Amino acid sequence: MKLTLKIWRQNSATDKGQMVTYPIDGIEGDMSFLEMMDVLNEELIVKGEDPVAFDHDCREGICGMCSLFINGEAHGPDRAVTTCQLHMRKFNDGDTIYIEPWRAKAFPVIKDLVVDRGAFDRIMASGGFVSVNTSGNTVDANAIPISKIDADKAFEAATCIGCGACVATCVNASAMLYVAAKVSQLALLPQGKVEAKERVLNMVKTMDEEGFGNCTNTGACAVECPKEISLDNIARMNREYFKGMISAE
Amino acid sequence: MSVLDSKIPSGALSTKWSSYKDHIRLVNPANKRNIDIIVVGTGLAGGSASASLAELGYNVHSFCFQDSPRRAHSIAAQGGINAAKNYQGDGDSVFRLFYDTIKGGDYRAREGNVYRLAEVSASIIDQCVAQGVPFAREYGGLLDNRSFGGSQVSRTFYAKGQTGQQLLLGAYSAMSRQIGKGKIKMHTRHEMLDLVIVDGKARGIIARNLVTGKLERFSAHAVVIASGGYGNVFYLSTNAMGSNVTAAWKIHKKGAFFANPCYTQIHPTCIPVSGDHQSKLTLMSESLRNDGRIWVPKNLEDSKAIREGRMKPTDIKDEDKDFFLERRYPAFGNLVPRDVASRAAKERCDAGYGVNATGEAVYLDFASAIERYGREKAKIAHNENASIEEIMELGTQVVKAKYGNLFQMYYKIVDQDPYKTPMMIYPAVHYTMGGIWVDYNLMTTITGCYATGEANFSDHGANRLGASALMQGLADGYFVLPYTIADYLADEIRTGKISTELPEFIQAEADVKAGIDRLMNIKGTKSVDYFHKRLGKIIWDKVGMSRDEEGLKWAINEVQKLREEFYNDLRIPGTVDSFNPELDKANRVCDFLELGELMAVDALNRTESCGGHFREESQTEEGEAKRNDKDFAYVAAWEYTGKPAEAILHKEQLVFEEIKLVERNYK
Repeated sequence: MKLTLKIWRQNSATDKGQMVTYPIDGIEGDMSFLEMMDVLNEELIVKGEDPVAFDHDCREGICGMCSLFINGEAHGPDRAVTTCQLHMRKFNDGDTIYIEPWRAKAFPVIKDLVVDRGAFDRIMASGGFVSVNTSGNTVDANAIPISKIDADKAFEAATCIGCGACVATCVNASAMLYVAAKVSQLALLPQGKVEAKERVLNMVKTMDEEGFGNCTNTGACAVECPKEISLDNIARMNREYFKGMISAE
Repeated sequence: MSVLDSKIPSGALSTKWSSYKDHIRLVNPANKRNIDIIVVGTGLAGGSASASLAELGYNVHSFCFQDSPRRAHSIAAQGGINAAKNYQGDGDSVFRLFYDTIKGGDYRAREGNVYRLAEVSASIIDQCVAQGVPFAREYGGLLDNRSFGGSQVSRTFYAKGQTGQQLLLGAYSAMSRQIGKGKIKMHTRHEMLDLVIVDGKARGIIARNLVTGKLERFSAHAVVIASGGYGNVFYLSTNAMGSNVTAAWKIHKKGAFFANPCYTQIHPTCIPVSGDHQSKLTLMSESLRNDGRIWVPKNLEDSKAIREGRMKPTDIKDEDKDFFLERRYPAFGNLVPRDVASRAAKERCDAGYGVNATGEAVYLDFASAIERYGREKAKIAHNENASIEEIMELGTQVVKAKYGNLFQMYYKIVDQDPYKTPMMIYPAVHYTMGGIWVDYNLMTTITGCYATGEANFSDHGANRLGASALMQGLADGYFVLPYTIADYLADEIRTGKISTELPEFIQAEADVKAGIDRLMNIKGTKSVDYFHKRLGKIIWDKVGMSRDEEGLKWAINEVQKLREEFYNDLRIPGTVDSFNPELDKANRVCDFLELGELMAVDALNRTESCGGHFREESQTEEGEAKRNDKDFAYVAAWEYTGKPAEAILHKEQLVFEEIKLVERNYK
């Protein structure tokens, strides 16, 4: 198929940036969206032009590195996939496709479609863990039975890939779904309960300091999340947060 | 006399590690604060090592080329992690896990290392559960297990089809805790481009900041390479696009021997290639072989009809299907080890029975499993008169709960519903057993330089069993290296901070700069991918699932020619001092172009067949791999001399005290 691509080009964080139009031909339905971008870049390199920078790595929807805002939607029109899993069969011959980076104050652009998501790592470093050292002397893994229902819920929350689609989608550029997924996972498990209060207070504090917006319950994040992380997690985090506020030392 | 000393402790196999730990030297907590350690890579091996070393009190500098340590490719491992817990009471033990791993590796791994791996495996599960890793559980609240290829017990722990993700996020959590405390200094979007050796000891690295393009110097008292495997030498593999051999190859060029590079694992269950545009291959977890049956049509005519779209797999009756693994290997059936399953699929496709348009695919069919589970569910629900449609629906729910995300992934890529029609699969490059040679301490042949996880060669011999990579990565990082590295660092407590202004650092940086300038100044006409794809084709065709002398010699020559072309006609757009992904790729592909040659050299030398390395010249009358223990029960460790074809071979003879070498039989 033949397509018209309108792609955000920005040389550096301080550059103003603009949309640039690229016609492209010979795209097949079996190609992934990023393979279509490879075809474009190969053409640009051979022509002596600057290829479009975009983040990607595993290309199987699990590393969370790819991050394109396609036709106004994070990871494009398909549901429950990342950009690397989006296939060109979802588009039609003659389509115009708009490709932009994640846009959020807390995610500054590095180049073109590549943004800096270091804020997510800093939130994790403020509490996204259980304080247990490696020793080989922890209790036996089966010493504490965990109800399958809680374990499954914790797992569902833990499938977050940290891509940032929730932030890019949110009108307030809020990171609530991302933070809630980690808070929920650990709050649901007995191992994580011990530090639950400090964890949620610290992670939310860092989230605010990093410049993410507030949650106004639009729910768009959960719709666009490639791993379908549920809004229930935000409710759980709010509950944890209030518990923490009221009863903290 | 070999220069290689594996340093395997003496004594009975089962007490080697515990008595060794009791006697190695320690570094006291106050001194640990004055010692710096560099860890390159943040996957299971690097992430777990960084976290554990920082917890112990060392100052850790961690490096990854991705934008966050959480992205390392361990995250994509699907099926599970082995541990000798014997929670199922099915007769598992440390010895059995050890035995299965040695046998699975076709008797080309070290007994001492593998026994230690099996021994610490149980602690890994305890540690991960304590960290909050949400493994699959049964209704009683205890951990669930599944079985994997090459074993007859259920010892695999899992988290749906995302076990690697959950384990890596556990290690990333543990790292995050230390990053928050300032004990780990994390350097994301940095690529190690050289090792700095001072007075014969690894003392630091030169890394390129991939955002600014600047070269930066980092010093430390020890350097750990945990940069993963080299499967991307094939261009198409299940590795991430950025996975590379560069860190490992740079230390090889500085004196670390590279062991068994020809041992690469071709995984049997991947989604087949769809066209020339393909950038990577996607794995379907081996765990699917628990419930899926692998087949091709019995009649050549049917295969042809399917390829031409005149027939559907669901049109073929069971009696006209050739369940070739069940036929050839009745004892293990669909659960034979990966190398065996891959070769059997290739054999059928080469004989003309392959099924998709390219003829390079076989079926993985869930219909019988869906029916079996459906009947069980109907029975539990006291629905004795359930119709076949109801049964299949009930069974579908069970299969969905077990493999839902994998089926969804297949559907998204292939656009076919695997609940309704069998999956198509074909082998693809997945893991590399070869890697940097290390001794029992995981130290390379460079003093103070260590290699862990997939980057080293030590535990899987010539073939790795499913669910053992995650086990090895975490064993090395959580439970082995933190002990063994202390034995070396005990001598470093008086060294003090190492200056990055030493002439060795200045020289190493200048060398790296010269290498980059050389690439940038070629100003040819072809992109990096153009060369990488051609390299991949050479290696896949001649150094892939089966090799012969003629093909290997041809490959060596072709890779040399390609390398020359690369240095004459490469075009890298952009500048050195900016964010330039094409330059990053070129820096990696220039190392693959050398490694590819060494792989062929190693494969040429090893005239036996073993594990993932199948030499056409060495097979039984039935076409099974034929090992030659008399001449090849050794580790081939190669020393760099400037040209891969002229690398010097050092042999480490493998000594088997506990296990008798027998033909590997899964029949």
